[in-house]
Amino acid sequence: MEVYLYIALFAPLVGSLFAALFGDRPKNLITGLATSGLLFASWVASIILIMNVDTSNVVHVRMMDWIAAGSINIDFGFLVDPVSAIMMVTVTTVSMLVHIYSIGYMEHDKGFNRYFSYLSAFVFSMMILVMSDNFLGLFIGWEGVGLCSWLLISHWYHKPDVSTSVNPAISPAYAANEAFVMNRIADLGMLIGIFMIYWNLGSLNYDTVFANIGTLSTGTITLIGIFLFIGAMGKSAQFPLHTWLANAMEGPTPVSALIHAATMVTAGVYLIVRSHEIYALIPNVGYFIACLGAFVAIFAASMALVNTELKRIIAYSTLSQLGYMFVAAGLGAYWIALFHLMMHAFFKSVLFLGAGNVMHAMGDERHINKMGGLGKVMPWTMGIMSVASLALAGIWPLAGFFSKDKILETAFSQNHYFLWLLLWIGAGMTAYYSFRLIMLVFFGKEKYDKEEKHPHEAYKFVLATMIPLAILAVVAGFSEHSFMKYVDGILPEYYPHVSTFTFIFLVVITLGIAIGGILLAIVKFSRGDFDDFFKKLGVYDLLSNQYYIPKFYEEKICVPYKNMSKFAWEKLDLKVVDATVDFIAGFIYATGDKSRKMQSGNLSTNLKWMVAGLVVLLIAAIFKIGI
Amino acid sequence: MITLTHYLVVSSILFVIGLVGVIRRKNLLLLFFSTEILLNSVNIGFVAVAKFYGDLTGQMFAFFIIAVAASEVAVGLGLLILWYKRTGTIDLDSMQLMKG
Repeated sequence: MEVYLYIALFAPLVGSLFAALFGDRPKNLITGLATSGLLFASWVASIILIMNVDTSNVVHVRMMDWIAAGSINIDFGFLVDPVSAIMMVTVTTVSMLVHIYSIGYMEHDKGFNRYFSYLSAFVFSMMILVMSDNFLGLFIGWEGVGLCSWLLISHWYHKPDVSTSVNPAISPAYAANEAFVMNRIADLGMLIGIFMIYWNLGSLNYDTVFANIGTLSTGTITLIGIFLFIGAMGKSAQFPLHTWLANAMEGPTPVSALIHAATMVTAGVYLIVRSHEIYALIPNVGYFIACLGAFVAIFAASMALVNTELKRIIAYSTLSQLGYMFVAAGLGAYWIALFHLMMHAFFKSVLFLGAGNVMHAMGDERHINKMGGLGKVMPWTMGIMSVASLALAGIWPLAGFFSKDKILETAFSQNHYFLWLLLWIGAGMTAYYSFRLIMLVFFGKEKYDKEEKHPHEAYKFVLATMIPLAILAVVAGFSEHSFMKYVDGILPEYYPHVSTFTFIFLVVITLGIAIGGILLAIVKFSRGDFDDFFKKLGVYDLLSNQYYIPKFYEEKICVPYKNMSKFAWEKLDLKVVDATVDFIAGFIYATGDKSRKMQSGNLSTNLKWMVAGLVVLLIAAIFKIGI
Repeated sequence: MITLTHYLVVSSILFVIGLVGVIRRKNLLLLFFSTEILLNSVNIGFVAVAKFYGDLTGQMFAFFIIAVAASEVAVGLGLLILWYKRTGTIDLDSMQLMKG
């Protein structure tokens, strides 16, 4: 089994390094094919692993000593248990299909080879993240995906900054830096959490940490839990560190599908699920996580309601679904969180890929109110995106229904009725904005310039990569029970206990609000987007400006910080630090300039100086000066 | 009775003569002479002190100095002749090519 583990882990790295060899060359199709092929190998290995691993039979390898200094002893070890196996399969499935999709999507891009190198490097980092058997390895993967995310968001780094009503400046380079900085803030929290674990337990291996975590005081465990969750908040873009995710949509669309929907942003949820033994001891922190998750679920969904940019709507939807996962994880239903993570990865990535097709067809148009009527020319994309949207909305029997319904049930069965209410409203909003998108893009009148744009369906092989994901979005939900049995033992057994009547009642009203949302959207948007009546409402203004949060950050954090930096530069650095250093340098320079006249080149003069020096040394020796 | 002090006094006087020669003379050949005087004054000091302590190390060192002085003069005179052939002078003030 170890061989499969190494193949699954290192095949993407090999692909990345291979593609990197062609980094400065013009487009070479082989980079795309080779990375996709190696990803396929990684996927096959992951499938073999998931079929051979179970709770009592995990693959655990210790590759080498990594850090051994003093009392610190950290191995480079990998662990494949049901939880990481599920993550591996999810990651490799989506990545492999996104790689193939990208061959079509990035066809005319100058940075084709570079793109594939980064994309595979991302998969490698993500595999380290999910396969590591200790917190430090997880952290390395965590930083690796952050770096690759930065590289990929800024793929079109040459695009200039433009300011919009909500953003002071937006360009791929700006968005990438924003994502990176936001994640640094959160990663500091996570690093502190890891330090605290090491400080208190003397080890970072999951086995040791989870076996001994109970010996610590509740206060310490709470602090560890909070700091680790801060890391998760950054990576999974939870409020208040959420603004980067929507701006990250400046990157290429397959990147959004892979990184900012299916894999990297769910790393926060994975972290919580992985450290469930820590969170099980501190239900208060868990409750806080659930509350924050429910808040984000509805908060992000409300921003998606009015946004007009195709990818941003889906990004907010991702944010909202991550909120759902955190509710499940916070309430102790870890397997449900993981299950929703997996389902979400399938339907959300295919939704993004569909959006990529649409934007490609429309010549990089991103506003949905300038599209319309595309269903006639892009029937396949329309079909796939509609299916994915139905799955996202949680309609039976698609994947989203099973996982989302379980989360709602969990909240209800634990008597958190308010959380349940928020999630329930969120489900309605999800259905509404998903179908607003579908209606405005694929139905109604064509609102684009027909002379200029000739939308066309994507390549067949591009569509072929989307179909497996779409099928998974349809059928994966039925794996619920086998999924639960599979992770049972690693994750605590949990099943929401409600009476049959309540269960049916919950399903009906959840389906009711979802279908209601869909129908409302279909009726409302078959004739066009929000009209002027809505646009005049204060609430529309608030939502379309993202609650003025980006503006608030800009004015209350960025501008004061910039002023402070300017002060430190002009007043402290230039006037004090630089002045001191310059004075010392100037003094030495002046001394040298004065004394260089000694070097006249005349041997007699030089000899005289030599004698003078000799005399000085003699005097020093006689009087023992300086000895 | 000639004591160690006398030898050392002679050595010092010779050293000062050599030093003044090195500083004052402008002729390269005389500079070599002065250098030889300097080295030999030191030799006298070494030998005298060695004899006084009954230790042969100083005398041995004197031989070393004589050998080094001989080779130094050989090389130096060679360069001097070359310089004279090139420029027709061995005045020190004519050699001021390396200025700081």
